[in-house]
Amino acid sequence: MIPSAFDYVRPADLGEALRILKEREGEAKVLSGGFSLLPLIKLRLAQPGLLVDLRDVGGLNGLTRDGDLFRIGGRATHRQILEDRPLTDALPIMKDAASRIGDPQIRNWGTIGGSVAHADPAADWPAVLQALHASIVLRSADGERTVPARGFFIDTFTTGIEPAEILTEIQIPFPPPRSGGSYQKLERRAGDFSTVGAAVQMTLGADGRITQIGIGLTAVADSPFAATHAEDALRGAHPNDELFREAAAAASRQSRPATDSHGPAEYKRAMVTEMTARALRAALARAQAQG
Amino acid sequence: MTTQHVRVTVNGTVREADVEPRLLLVHLLRETFGLTGTHVGCDTSNCGACTIHVNGLSAKSCTMLAVQADGAEIRTIEGMADGATLHPLQQAFWDQHGLQCGFCTPGMIMQSAWLLGQNPDPTEDQIREGISGNLCRCTGYVNIVKAIDQAAGALRAADAAK
Amino acid sequence: MTTELEPRTSAAIGGMGHSVKRKEDPRFIRGAGEYIEDVVLPGMLWMDIVRSPYAHATIKSIDASEALKVPGVLAVITGADLEKAGLHWMPTLAGDKQMVLPTTTVMYQAQEVAAVVATDRYAAADGVAAVYVDYEPLPVIVDPKKALEPGAFVLRPDRGPDKANNHIWHWESGDRAAADAALASAEVRVSEDIYIPRIHVASIETCGCVADWDAVRGQLTLHMTSQAPHAIRTVLALVSGLPEQNIRVKTHDIGGGFGGKVPVYPGYVLAVVASLTVGKPVKWIEDRSENLQADSFARDYHIHAEMSATKAGKITGLKVKTIADHGYSDAAADPSKFPAGLFNVITGSYDFPDAFVEVDGVYTNKPPGGVAYRCSFRVTEAVHAIERMVDILAHEIGVDPAQLRMENFIQPEQFPYRTPTGWEYDSGNYGVALQKAMDLIGYDDLRKEQAEKRARGELMGIGISSFTEIVGAGPSKDFDIIGIKMFDSCEIRVHPTGKVIARIGVQSQGQGHETTFAQIIAEELGFPVGDVKIEYGDTDTAPYGLGTYASRSTPVAGAATAMASRKIREKARQIAAHLLECSPDDLEWEPGKFTVKGSPDRFKTIQEISFAAYTNHPVGMEAGLEAVDYYDPPNLTFPFGSYICVVDIDKGTGQVKIRRFVAVDDCGNIINPMIVDGQIHGGLTMGFAPALLESITYDELGNNQAGTFMDYLLPTAVETPRWELDKTVTPSPHHPIGAKGVGESATVGAPPAIANAVVDALWHLGVRNIDIPMTPQKVWAILHEKGLA
Repeated sequence: MIPSAFDYVRPADLGEALRILKEREGEAKVLSGGFSLLPLIKLRLAQPGLLVDLRDVGGLNGLTRDGDLFRIGGRATHRQILEDRPLTDALPIMKDAASRIGDPQIRNWGTIGGSVAHADPAADWPAVLQALHASIVLRSADGERTVPARGFFIDTFTTGIEPAEILTEIQIPFPPPRSGGSYQKLERRAGDFSTVGAAVQMTLGADGRITQIGIGLTAVADSPFAATHAEDALRGAHPNDELFREAAAAASRQSRPATDSHGPAEYKRAMVTEMTARALRAALARAQAQG
Repeated sequence: MTTQHVRVTVNGTVREADVEPRLLLVHLLRETFGLTGTHVGCDTSNCGACTIHVNGLSAKSCTMLAVQADGAEIRTIEGMADGATLHPLQQAFWDQHGLQCGFCTPGMIMQSAWLLGQNPDPTEDQIREGISGNLCRCTGYVNIVKAIDQAAGALRAADAAK
Repeated sequence: MTTELEPRTSAAIGGMGHSVKRKEDPRFIRGAGEYIEDVVLPGMLWMDIVRSPYAHATIKSIDASEALKVPGVLAVITGADLEKAGLHWMPTLAGDKQMVLPTTTVMYQAQEVAAVVATDRYAAADGVAAVYVDYEPLPVIVDPKKALEPGAFVLRPDRGPDKANNHIWHWESGDRAAADAALASAEVRVSEDIYIPRIHVASIETCGCVADWDAVRGQLTLHMTSQAPHAIRTVLALVSGLPEQNIRVKTHDIGGGFGGKVPVYPGYVLAVVASLTVGKPVKWIEDRSENLQADSFARDYHIHAEMSATKAGKITGLKVKTIADHGYSDAAADPSKFPAGLFNVITGSYDFPDAFVEVDGVYTNKPPGGVAYRCSFRVTEAVHAIERMVDILAHEIGVDPAQLRMENFIQPEQFPYRTPTGWEYDSGNYGVALQKAMDLIGYDDLRKEQAEKRARGELMGIGISSFTEIVGAGPSKDFDIIGIKMFDSCEIRVHPTGKVIARIGVQSQGQGHETTFAQIIAEELGFPVGDVKIEYGDTDTAPYGLGTYASRSTPVAGAATAMASRKIREKARQIAAHLLECSPDDLEWEPGKFTVKGSPDRFKTIQEISFAAYTNHPVGMEAGLEAVDYYDPPNLTFPFGSYICVVDIDKGTGQVKIRRFVAVDDCGNIINPMIVDGQIHGGLTMGFAPALLESITYDELGNNQAGTFMDYLLPTAVETPRWELDKTVTPSPHHPIGAKGVGESATVGAPPAIANAVVDALWHLGVRNIDIPMTPQKVWAILHEKGLA
């Protein structure tokens, strides 16, 4: 497990990083925490010519509330997110997910931007961000663009990020009153990648109806996706367990899991139903507790 | 082969080397600096035998490049004892029979040290979760958990005496 | 007898029964242990290995030209190179042979194909990536039952036209006709297919070595991860032709063994060849994927068991037919006469009138093996089968599984007890152990709770395993490995100042030999445990022994240590009599001193005697105070225990949660209670792991599906149950210190307790058996089929 040779640079600021990425487009890979990329490089499944380490690039790991947005820097670690009370008080789903990623050492160094840009279909953040209707900020030497998390994840290890772009920020809308969310992760063992993960974020109206709903699913398709059919079934409805079971079944029907070491496709489809229903119930309880 | 200069402080001592960018941090420590207390057990960042502290944070040094650690403060198992005086975790692992073959022990102690820095009075569940990235094949974790609990008590007592 | 042994020695002496803190720990807790990867020699080179991506393929060509251009690469060794020296095949411990490097065909995924020697590990890895091998895939056989079908592709044509099939051997034990008769006339018959999957020991340290050939001195030193260094030295001498006195095997600290460090792997041989070729020390360290994909596996037994009984639940007979998947070569580390190990201990803790067991070894396109996984030669397979069968019988006839066991146990007065397959159990008291476990866990209340929960539709199960282990191989009349009898040894030297060094033929991989063997000497001679240094693992200095596996250290080398100590004590008695001017018969021994009978103030301490042995020994007696003992055990030892496990099953996900697990163990007299508990904790965890998490499976192309720790799921601290321990003490009557060995009992006994609990939770739904590992998807599929999920 020895990487093949590569060059390495550690630019001092974002401008320099973006310039290098543009100059060496195609052979350069961005290194954030390293816990997604380095395992692939050690296996020689990835053989970049140049690693651009963002370690010294300032301003990329902040966690701030800016009006109706939470802004999370791309280099914020899972640990930072886990421990950010303003964020996790408003969005406990973020703590649910962060606390179940890898293990403590990985959470100390792995970053949300690295995980999102890497786009492992079994990684947890992509489903959560889609449930939260988050946006992703991408910078290149030519400018900045903000894209919705929904639609960003194209395929396994493939996103809408361009080779010369850097993921600089995740933007999450601040939840309205009577909101609650939950991430339910089924894993074979502590620290494992998800067998199935279900992320739910919902908001209730004053009359108790579901006014906003987001559902993201982990590890049950080529890339994490939003369970839109289930969302459609829930939006505007009064929450109840039967409705949740129907919506969870709709989420399952929309999933396209593959048989692998985590289990057969049939099992995973059933677990989408189970985990989605659990996440809906937990999200509802939190939303009601807020109300 | 291009090399880059790396300068780190390891257990309080400045160490320098010219390394290939692909050199893993664990190999810098073990092979360049001869600090063989840090072990490699899995290559996929599952087992935690390679756990050290980088700038105060526990890290799996098999999944970090030496160049990434340039300028960092590093602490390894070799830096835990104060001369003849063992660190409370070392003492506790010995007292509680928290090790058998000893191969996972340095990583386990380093992770526990970080954990107790974060949470000086952890519950058993918190201890178990805190070492969930460190695999032990010998002990069934029972006496490791007891050792961490003993050390937590000793560290709290030492803190209170200050 | 079932009472704890009171220590006979003071805490200052620290003999048996004292929880002495481990003497080896100060180096480990400081990171100052010396494991194989820590060994660095001047001028040392690195070796890395090219491995096959295919499970079965013809090698059309190997092109190393690009690899040799990689900076730092010095040599590439292929099968063709080895063939010239006749080293391309090597014998296995089981009397088969396996390739060091292939010349024509690869037989499993990750098989060694070529070795690259370079100045450092990074260059060696680059060299491996630059070796081009042209393969032509061949049909792959992963299912041993298909391998036995007529017309199946013959995997080992090298065995000649007489053996044009994939059947390796047939082995049987017991009386077939008697077992058939018992089954034919039975009131009740139960049968079941039980598969115990392939697993891997996965010690946290992988395997490796540094081979150091000194051409000037004609000396080969092999630093390596071996549980049996002496046997390795002899094999090396026989295979290489080097004089045995010029071969030194040195083990250093070993980061866990569990059976995986018994075999000779091709990598070791390649490193030796590389060192002989380039004339410098060569280091080879496996990475985890190589370890999981290419090293010896354990288990992989396809068992069909039939059992007969009366309607009232008295067991009458057992018949077992098993297919053993050995991969492409039988590289099992079993004693020569036991190709299926001690699998015929399968009658377990029960008084079977008749039993018959047969096993057939089969080749497939998988790595060769098998070794134990913390188990004494296939005992785990046997215990799993019998404990599952007893539970199936109990449920079938509606008798409580605990009661059925109680009524069929071999009773204390029946020991020594001869089993229908020929073993003589030394001692046991099975009912007491089970009752203790039942009392501890509150068995009757749990059954009540289970009934209430079942009425509510909740799934809770209680599982029992009352196992009997068989360890301490073994008596020379039956036990040898490659012809070498399975004795073991201890050599003790007492220095003039009353300090002791002892060397043993066994090898710690974490068991704590430096402490427990010192305690045996402290017990027998009264030297404080801190004054006794224990060494092992250097074949130049340690007496010959067969090594540590199968829980044989305490039963065999522990006995040798006690016997050597007693030889020293006898000589010390003579010296004391000389010093005290009395007859040796007038002296009384207590740990640490001889006293003249009736004169408590007239005594000599063992330290005074030690000094006198060098300064004032009697005329006509040799000076010095040393002894050596090669112990040939009269019988094996039979530790036992009863485990009870309580599980709750999540109907939504199929996840099994172990709520409680009580383990009552009996390993005879205990040397160090703290270490024994540690062994049981670890053993239980390695029993839990294959019950719920670990297995190695292959797809139809022979691709290993668990080749890293991402998919080979060792338990973390989070899943591992909170073990609850207790003990009974039934000494071995034939062992000098009454000990039996404990390292593996829990690994052997735990899986069926867990499996029985899970099946117990589901029996009312019509579930009779679930093969381990009982993964969530497997349990969920059953619940789904039964309409519960």
